[in-house]
Amino acid sequence: MAIFGALVKKEALHILRDTRTMVITIFMPLVLLLLFGFAISTEVNDIRIAAVVEKHTCETRKILERFRVNEYFTFLGLVAPTETERLLRSGRADAVLFLRSDDANLKAQIMVDAANPTIAQTVTAYVGGVINKEEIKSPVLTYTLYNPQMKSSYNFVPGIMGMIFILICAIMTSVSIVREKENGTMNLLLVSPIRPATIILGKLVPYFLLSCVILAIMLFISYTLLGLPLSASIVNVVLLSFLYIILSLSFGLLVSTIADSQLTALIGSAVILMLPVIMLSGMIFPIDNMPVFLQGVSCIIPARWYISAMRKLMIQQLDAAYIFKEVMILTSMTIVLLVLSIRKFYSSSRK
Amino acid sequence: MKLRILKALLRKEVSLMRRNPLIPKMIIGMPLMVMLVLPLVAVLDIKNVNVAVVDNDRSVLSRQIIADIGASEVLKVSAMCNTHTESISIVEEGNADVILTIPPDYSRNIISGIVPVDVEANGVNASKAMLGARYVSESIGLTLRQWLKGQGINTVEYDMSVINIYNPTLNYRNYMIPALMVVLLIIICGFVPALNLVNEKETGTIEAMNVTPVSRMCFVLSKLIPFWIVGIFVVTVGMLIGWVVYGLFPVGNILAIYLATVLFSLVMSGLGVTIANSSSTMLQSIFVMFAFIMIFQLMSGLFTPIRSMPEWAQAITLAIPPRYFIEIMRSLYLKGTPIAELWEQYSALTIFAISFSLIAAVTYRKQS
Amino acid sequence: MKDNEKVISVKNLTKKFGSFTAVDHISFDVGKGEIFGFLGANGAGKTTAMRMLCGLSLPSSGEGRVAGYDIIRQPEEIKRHIGYMSQKFSLYENLRVNENIRLFSIIYGMSDSSMKEASEKLYKDLRMEDMSKTLVKDLPVGWKQKLAFAVATIHRPEIVFLDEPTGGVDPLTRRRFWELIYKASSEGMTIFVTTHYLDEAEYCNRVSIMVDGRISALDSPEALKERFQVSSMDDVFRIVAKDALRVD
Repeated sequence: MAIFGALVKKEALHILRDTRTMVITIFMPLVLLLLFGFAISTEVNDIRIAAVVEKHTCETRKILERFRVNEYFTFLGLVAPTETERLLRSGRADAVLFLRSDDANLKAQIMVDAANPTIAQTVTAYVGGVINKEEIKSPVLTYTLYNPQMKSSYNFVPGIMGMIFILICAIMTSVSIVREKENGTMNLLLVSPIRPATIILGKLVPYFLLSCVILAIMLFISYTLLGLPLSASIVNVVLLSFLYIILSLSFGLLVSTIADSQLTALIGSAVILMLPVIMLSGMIFPIDNMPVFLQGVSCIIPARWYISAMRKLMIQQLDAAYIFKEVMILTSMTIVLLVLSIRKFYSSSRK
Repeated sequence: MKLRILKALLRKEVSLMRRNPLIPKMIIGMPLMVMLVLPLVAVLDIKNVNVAVVDNDRSVLSRQIIADIGASEVLKVSAMCNTHTESISIVEEGNADVILTIPPDYSRNIISGIVPVDVEANGVNASKAMLGARYVSESIGLTLRQWLKGQGINTVEYDMSVINIYNPTLNYRNYMIPALMVVLLIIICGFVPALNLVNEKETGTIEAMNVTPVSRMCFVLSKLIPFWIVGIFVVTVGMLIGWVVYGLFPVGNILAIYLATVLFSLVMSGLGVTIANSSSTMLQSIFVMFAFIMIFQLMSGLFTPIRSMPEWAQAITLAIPPRYFIEIMRSLYLKGTPIAELWEQYSALTIFAISFSLIAAVTYRKQS
Repeated sequence: MKDNEKVISVKNLTKKFGSFTAVDHISFDVGKGEIFGFLGANGAGKTTAMRMLCGLSLPSSGEGRVAGYDIIRQPEEIKRHIGYMSQKFSLYENLRVNENIRLFSIIYGMSDSSMKEASEKLYKDLRMEDMSKTLVKDLPVGWKQKLAFAVATIHRPEIVFLDEPTGGVDPLTRRRFWELIYKASSEGMTIFVTTHYLDEAEYCNRVSIMVDGRISALDSPEALKERFQVSSMDDVFRIVAKDALRVD
């Protein structure tokens, strides 16, 4: 036990002395939370529109006036038909409205910069709405479940944690083990009478603790600053995160037994672990939008299940029964990874 | 003589890169992975919105509303429920994103005036909920208008036709593909050289170089030039994939694309070397790099429009170099903007390229 | 020693890292063609002192000249006239033997013809004719060290700095390595070598013993043994370093 304590202490000192890395591991999640929560948005709330009017009538004036006063629009004024292309190409306008009246019938046409189709569709819908203002009043009342302001930044907490734990547990651990291999200090430990299991645990425990600190910070911010409703589900959130942290640690261990240099371990885990987590875990891009094949691939990414379960617990406030499937999948992944990595560690340490 | 040394150092870098077990695979594999997978994944136009319907009216009109929703490309009626409670549990199980509740006697009451239907969106995924609810509203609006017309009740409406220029098929992939090359360049021209340099520091070979008369400019250049070439190669592969797989070919000048590529590679490699200079271990450098990569990707307008950000965030993006590269790529690919109209973006990239390279050269020390 | 025979001349050289003084006012001269041993326990300041002489590290105070150039103002000039081999093996492991030789000869500005001549001599001297295409990492440690020494001297520098060159090899290989050093010395090169193997000190013309950042003794091995009335350098070192504070 004393040996184990010494090993943990050694590793912990190693982590703590590297101030810069510490600062980044603590602040990265916060900065990401801030950006995701308050900076990143797909809403369009300022549409810049110019108009080409063939013949002014009472009707056209009324329509243009509506654009002038509408808070969603910035009306750029009337332009000549020859100018429209330039305005759209340079990105100074999102759309140009053409108003033409033949035989007292007003014809409207809009030319939309469709480079970004999402914006283009929103623009089309909004412009249509403003032109036909006299239309029947909205036939639909919209409500939102679970997330009334639609903006709650704690939406992103699961995704950010899914990524950060991979970073700390998998990448930091694997690199720190491989560094000891490169320096030869690992051999020093392996030839000593300390049992290999003690050595592994001595490596893993400090990173586990570091992850717990970050978990605590993230949860604290979610429940205070971000206004996540506090409930009994916090216990489930913590337990689930422990499971995911252990899973990531076993991943790190596995990478470290395969990689022969820090460079390999880094590039390997960055490309094999990080990119898929960012692209396929549902953290940014919804999984059901993906082609079926990629949806299949996403099933083997642990972060997918963690994020989905965390969303149910944190945002929908559902109870543990609803995440049974996710927990089972994560548990079996953890067992497989642990068995694999420990067996690899033993066989490679005897070589 | 200087040139001869640079050539020898370059030959060394190329041999080392070739013999590295990962780098060659990465140079080939990364563009394939990013260009083939990301365009399929990074789709923010929402499809497959599942709607649970609670129909308390059960009239011709309500059945028409449901049928029209089912016929839509993006919406799907995933469940018909008898009670609202039932529909909520379907949302909790994850089988519906939006609940539509049609009140009793809806079609009878609507003749005398508008009565609203209720649409509830699952806010767990905010963007999907927003759009899903809007699609449902639009679909209902359309059904209602036609139905009211059929009943002889007129609604004022102007004809509006839409011309979508620059991307007439409204394909979101066409918007993403040109910009995705930024991901490749950030990793290959920034990340890899930084790791490579710190690796020499850690193995001690950099010491062997520092004690020779090789000038620091020469040494830093030998570290960067291979990655500029790789950057051009990677963008070429990316363009080929875009053309062959997705049928997307730049409308604008290809040379202008390469000019932007070279400038942006300079920016990233300068940043990479600067980070390497200030890091003593690989772990340190990777954490700093990672922080940059995340912030660059989120703030550059790659996945979400810069225009949708609050003003303070928009101000920050002015200092994010990939922002300019992405703007150039999208303009050249989709709009065919002449280079003269992109002078602001090109000059911003040039300024970043010069200053980052200078900082990289100045912070590289042969002496401690 | 006359001034024109001195290839290294150091006065009050000091290096501080914060409040820690790694090298504390050392002064010494090394003559042309000498094999100068730099002894001391780990942490005594040997490597730091050597790094200042090679222009890898800037002194906090003091002055020095190496190969006729000032170590503070002309470090790049010095680098043209010295060879260096460090305790961490300093060739590129993933380059072939011939690729390493080529790289370093070009860096030192050798022409193609003199490079060819020098590398042929190198292969012959080291008996490595059939290994030119081998990756350096696949060579045994002893070979690597001999090769590193040969590459560090390929451009016939005035001075060669060797930082614990024989770490981790068996006595026989060390012996062979010292034969290379003698050969280089007989060809007129000055050898500056740090070591903590005390038997190696016997091979040097003069040795200096560093303790806690200072030079505590400096003379030929014979003179030192005589002064302390002992029979081996081992005993000399034990007496000189007995009050050392910085020990592992």
